[in-house]
Amino acid sequence: MSTPTLKIENLHVAIEGKEIVKGFNLEINGGEIHAVMGPNGTGKSTLASALMGHPKYEITEGTVTFEGQDLLEMEVDERARAGLFLAMQYPSEISGVTNADFLRTAINARREEGDEIPLMKFIKTLDKKMDTLDMGEEFAQRYLNEGFSGGEKKRNEILQLMMLEPKLAILDEIDSGLDIDALKVVAKGVNEMRSPNFGCLIITHYQRMLNYIKPDKVHVMMQGRIVKSGGPELAERLEAEGYDGLKKELGIEDETVNQEA
Amino acid sequence: MATEIQGTKYDVNYITDFSKKRNEPEWFTDIRKKALQLSETLPLPQPEKTRIVDWNFTEFEHDVAGRTLTSASELPEHVSRLVGQDEESGNLLVLQNGQAAYAALSEELKSKGVIFTDIATALREHGDLVKKYYFTEAADYDTDRLTALHAALVNSGIFLYVPKNVEVSVPLQTLFWQENPNAGLISHSIIVADNGSSVTYVENYLSEKAEGRAVANVIAEIYVGDNARVQFGAVDNLSKDVTAYVNRRGYVGRNGQLEWAIGQMNDGNTLSENYTALVGEASVTDTKAVSIGNGSQKQNFTNRIHHFGKHSESDMLIHGVQRQQANAIFNGITKIEHGASKSDGEQTQRVLMLSSDARGDANPILLIDEDDVVAGHAASVGRIDPVQLYYLMSRGISKKEAERLVIHGFLAPVVSQLPIEGVKEQLVEVIEGKVK
Ligand SMILES: Nc1ncnc2c1ncn2[C@@H]1O[C@H](COP(=O)(O)OP(=O)(O)OP(=O)(O)O)[C@@H](O)[C@H]1O
Ligand SMILES: [Mg+2]
Repeated sequence: MSTPTLKIENLHVAIEGKEIVKGFNLEINGGEIHAVMGPNGTGKSTLASALMGHPKYEITEGTVTFEGQDLLEMEVDERARAGLFLAMQYPSEISGVTNADFLRTAINARREEGDEIPLMKFIKTLDKKMDTLDMGEEFAQRYLNEGFSGGEKKRNEILQLMMLEPKLAILDEIDSGLDIDALKVVAKGVNEMRSPNFGCLIITHYQRMLNYIKPDKVHVMMQGRIVKSGGPELAERLEAEGYDGLKKELGIEDETVNQEA
Repeated sequence: MATEIQGTKYDVNYITDFSKKRNEPEWFTDIRKKALQLSETLPLPQPEKTRIVDWNFTEFEHDVAGRTLTSASELPEHVSRLVGQDEESGNLLVLQNGQAAYAALSEELKSKGVIFTDIATALREHGDLVKKYYFTEAADYDTDRLTALHAALVNSGIFLYVPKNVEVSVPLQTLFWQENPNAGLISHSIIVADNGSSVTYVENYLSEKAEGRAVANVIAEIYVGDNARVQFGAVDNLSKDVTAYVNRRGYVGRNGQLEWAIGQMNDGNTLSENYTALVGEASVTDTKAVSIGNGSQKQNFTNRIHHFGKHSESDMLIHGVQRQQANAIFNGITKIEHGASKSDGEQTQRVLMLSSDARGDANPILLIDEDDVVAGHAASVGRIDPVQLYYLMSRGISKKEAERLVIHGFLAPVVSQLPIEGVKEQLVEVIEGKVK
């Protein structure tokens, strides 16, 4: 068996001294799509941010390897260049920097000096991907995320995903705030990326998203860790019964990170 | 506390000889002598929140050799790239170590009566015209020790005169290029746009990166006549061991318009005042300036607009970046005099600090003695947002590159609006060099 792309073991994450993620375990292999679901405030975004290396989050325990390398030892940009990508729930806005300049800088950061992507090739690729995502061409010259609507920001995250072609992508609520047509468009973008060399972790609240991007595994997160894993049928069960059935089954009263299991 | 008075070692005999050597008119020599006396008693300027008493304004070599170029193509590449590419006419002055090294002015402009020459030549050939504008309306030499030292020791500069109703469509440019690391560049620029005329003028200050003890004491006087228009661009790029005093002053007549586009990219300590007097009715000025502080550099920038004329309008947009341990104070002063009714003065100053050791301060000041006016100010000082850096880095961009993008982005709203294309291009390049 080959090494998994991403291997998370007993991960604990704290923010401002408060432990949010408490013993999280997961393995994702190339070609696999995993979904993580769970009520609000159970640590899903915290997990995603900690994996990417957000400066505010502190790893207090556990290990994470990415293609066999210690991910937690790497700087944020090194993680990205190694092939990790996070589509953020709340992307930043950067005034004065055009989307196109930003993307080109990001692509060239992966290439040797002197081997920068030819401008024409870049423009052609960008045009094509923007077309797939139904983005007007003016978005190339707009300042990065500045004044973008919620849905436009989400599309722009997927545009970056498609341009940067990572080995593993974490999509944090990429479906929230999207209308049904946009959801299909975004799903089309992600599905275009599917290959044996691409793994994906989708954080979502809605089964609907998983109708368009079929997951191999579904995990439910409560109290800062995975409390149940299964196949796509688990998501359908949650859609039908909400979290109450599962909480009863597991004997959980307070699912938030404030409560010890 | 008694602070030691910085005097100059150059005395009245030296100055008289220097003036004689240059064949200067008597009135000019007289100003030198009077100013030298004043420089012994007048205090240094006292810029808000910046201590300049230990800055070197007086230790330098005053009369250094220059060289002559027969063609602009003899300029080394890093200097010649500053010369505007867009205009074929090549109206250009190069002053090397303060001395006239190269001069070109098209026949067309000459035939229209445009004068564009170094100040020494102008004093010999157009003395009366220079006298009309040298330290008269726009500037005084008895303001403080630095203005007095300037008038006593001026050794460089240019004179640009555009006659009535002449519209100059190509930009004129001066390159002040300092090769001697211990030189004092005491440079006086006079730009006169007579009534109904228009001109675009750009000046560059460049010094070689070398260890030394140098000074730049720069005064520019810009006269904008009635119904005239001047676009004044400057890119200051003096190296670390040059202490810079830069005082640019505009005087705008009725319906006149003065647009400033300024890149303050010095690497050494800099004291800068940019002043515009809106004297005529319906006179207009627009100031756009960007700066980057590096290393342990200290800078103080004052942008001052003074409204006298009715219906006069001013707009000021200043963006500054402070990196490493740099420290800069930005003072924006809009003063509207009684009688300047229906005037409008707006100012915005923004400072971005890249490190926790960098310091920046923006002081907006509105002084209004007239009821019937509109005035406004905005100022902000902030540190770079770590979450923005994280976002950029999460796409594989290194921290350094991410900071570079944020700096460009921060300066872009000013740079993109600069009215002079050549200045815009140069600035983008200088900024690039500074943040690399
Ligand atoms: N800066 C912070 N300071 C204090 N608590 C924080 C901070 N950031 C996050 N938290 C807390 O951590 C918990 C988990 O937050 P997180 O964003 O990971 O939840 P989530 O599972 O992604 O929720 P949602 O589904 O609403 O996006 C929440 O209770 C949240 O309030
Ligand atoms: Mg979340």
